[in-house]
Amino acid sequence: MFEGKQLSHKAAWAAAVAAIVSLAAIVPAKAEDSVKVGLILPMTGGQASTGKQIENAIKLYMQQKGDTVAGKKIEIILKDDAAIPDKTKTAAQELIVNDKVHFIAGFGVTPAALAAAPLATQAKIPEVVMAAGTSIITERSPYIVRTSFTLAQSSTIIADWAVKNGIKKVATLTSDYAPGNDALNFFKQNFTAGGGEVVEEVKTPLANPDFAPFLQRMKDAKPDAIFVFVPAGQGGNFMKQYAERGLDKAGIKVIGPGDVTDDDLLNNMGDAVLGTVTAHLYSAAHPSQMNKDFVAAYKKAFGNRPGFMAVSGYDGIHLIYEALKKTNGDTDGTKLVEAMKGQKWESPRGPISIDPETRDIVQNIYIRKVEKVDGELYNVEFATFEAVKDLGKTKK
Amino acid sequence: MTSILTNLFDGVAYGMLLFVLACGLAVTLGLMNFVNLAHGAFAMAGGYVCMVLVNRMGWPFFAALPLAFISSAAIGIVLERTLYRHLYARSHLDQVLFTIGLTFMSVAAVDYIQGSSRVFINLPAALQGQFDVFGVGIGRYRLMIIVICGLLTIALQMVLAKTRFGSRLRAAVDDPRAASGLGINVPQVFAFTFAFGCGLAGLGGALSAEILGLDPYFPLKFMIYFLIVVTVGGSSSITGPFLASLLLGIGDVAGKYYVPKMGPFVIYTMMILILIWRPNGLFGRTAAR
Repeated sequence: MFEGKQLSHKAAWAAAVAAIVSLAAIVPAKAEDSVKVGLILPMTGGQASTGKQIENAIKLYMQQKGDTVAGKKIEIILKDDAAIPDKTKTAAQELIVNDKVHFIAGFGVTPAALAAAPLATQAKIPEVVMAAGTSIITERSPYIVRTSFTLAQSSTIIADWAVKNGIKKVATLTSDYAPGNDALNFFKQNFTAGGGEVVEEVKTPLANPDFAPFLQRMKDAKPDAIFVFVPAGQGGNFMKQYAERGLDKAGIKVIGPGDVTDDDLLNNMGDAVLGTVTAHLYSAAHPSQMNKDFVAAYKKAFGNRPGFMAVSGYDGIHLIYEALKKTNGDTDGTKLVEAMKGQKWESPRGPISIDPETRDIVQNIYIRKVEKVDGELYNVEFATFEAVKDLGKTKK
Repeated sequence: MTSILTNLFDGVAYGMLLFVLACGLAVTLGLMNFVNLAHGAFAMAGGYVCMVLVNRMGWPFFAALPLAFISSAAIGIVLERTLYRHLYARSHLDQVLFTIGLTFMSVAAVDYIQGSSRVFINLPAALQGQFDVFGVGIGRYRLMIIVICGLLTIALQMVLAKTRFGSRLRAAVDDPRAASGLGINVPQVFAFTFAFGCGLAGLGGALSAEILGLDPYFPLKFMIYFLIVVTVGGSSSITGPFLASLLLGIGDVAGKYYVPKMGPFVIYTMMILILIWRPNGLFGRTAAR
């Protein structure tokens, strides 16, 4: 955001002035005692909630852990790309060339992450992907590291779960863009391999006002369950119309990757979502003490529940901190990426690590069911698939 | 067979909703010859007012609906008196630039106040779900939309055709100079009409939250649909946009059901075909004034 940039300029000036003053005084400060992280997020436009969650989580992390690592001050420069790849590219260029950032991070959608990939390679700086979820992303540059998830992770797991739990006929409804197609293909692959049958396949346009006709088609196909992937914001509308049309009463369940029951919106979706089973990396109801503290701190600071995007941002900035600790403050991009490979830590979502070969995240995928806890709707985890790698790549 | 009827029902409900949302635009564009691209912003305002009243202050849904109308109309009348009035005589380009700017401001303002997440209005249980009539699934909420919008349409047509205000409005539109010569307060008539159109949009916004989704980008996302309704329907009466809305609603629903692969294009294909056949819209007058 422009405002953010101006502020950071001010901060840079203030830092410069402070540096000169301290030079004149006693301690000769080094010129390179700050590390700049260029954060590119959709802060406006349809994906803005993703950007806000990640920004909030990073703010929270820095409040908790302080803004100094290995003797260096971390400085975040936030730019808004509104999830438009052209803008991402321009923002990344400005950050790398003018602001001389040491990391680029964020990236709300797949096209944005891909647009910045060649720049990360050229400038030899790490690109920390905190949201976008298509498998190919980390293959586009040796400098890309991901702390979010891939759709293959959750889609294959829910397919396996469905097969084991007596779901035989599934109709699919997915948004017609890269992550939607990823989700669909990985689901189909595992589901049909396990003996399931996809009886109806509908791709909905990304800007889709009304699900009614698609849902009617699903209902008439009489499947055991609908596999759904729609971008986080549309999940609520989908679930409401699903209930309105009486698909729940017709015994048709909803399954899918957890985007459809994102914690960010879940509580406002109404009781229709009760019983929806999804596979995902994070639930605000994850029963660890660390997560309870994280949720409490996040709620206190920003007034709402953190979703999986927030936890991805929280882990992303953690990874940046840990990499700097490991290089002892060295900001050479290649060394930083090396330092990130194989990192393992306990996140609010559970134990996670960075696969040293693919630089992609390895994490537990939880099967959850929407239930009412203390009068609020939550995804309650009831089964865990441990240390799931990105299956989108291992198959190649 | 039953799914055909269910689709028809869904299509009519969707079309009715489009009509209430867009008919204010038909009035400003067709009757007052003013290009108001900010029309969706008034719809969004109504939707958010209804959401705040119902969810945060515990109003019953049916009590909040009229307030969505009134508040959007009030915002409309204030803006009309302070801003819009000065642009009536300006070129269409100026009007477009002004109203699109206003739209962006409304998006940013709502994003700032309410956040960018999608919001839902808590509905009473009586409006949720579906019931069967001879095997045809009828959504309760959609039935309510058809009833409300149907009554509104009849009322609008009556007011325009039968009342003194209706004839004044038509006179003011046909020839503003002659009308003011006859003692009709043309600016007042326009201001009232404009506010009423905004109010309808606000009501439409409140009704559409359940079906189309309500977020700060509402005015930009649905602007195209409003414009399609007005271009296809022609902007000289309200019958045109009404039939166009129904046609597009039914076409869109049927297209998505029967040819889901082509779903999103059906509405545009229909628009292109109709405009090739009748360039001024279904009921357009030959020369747009």
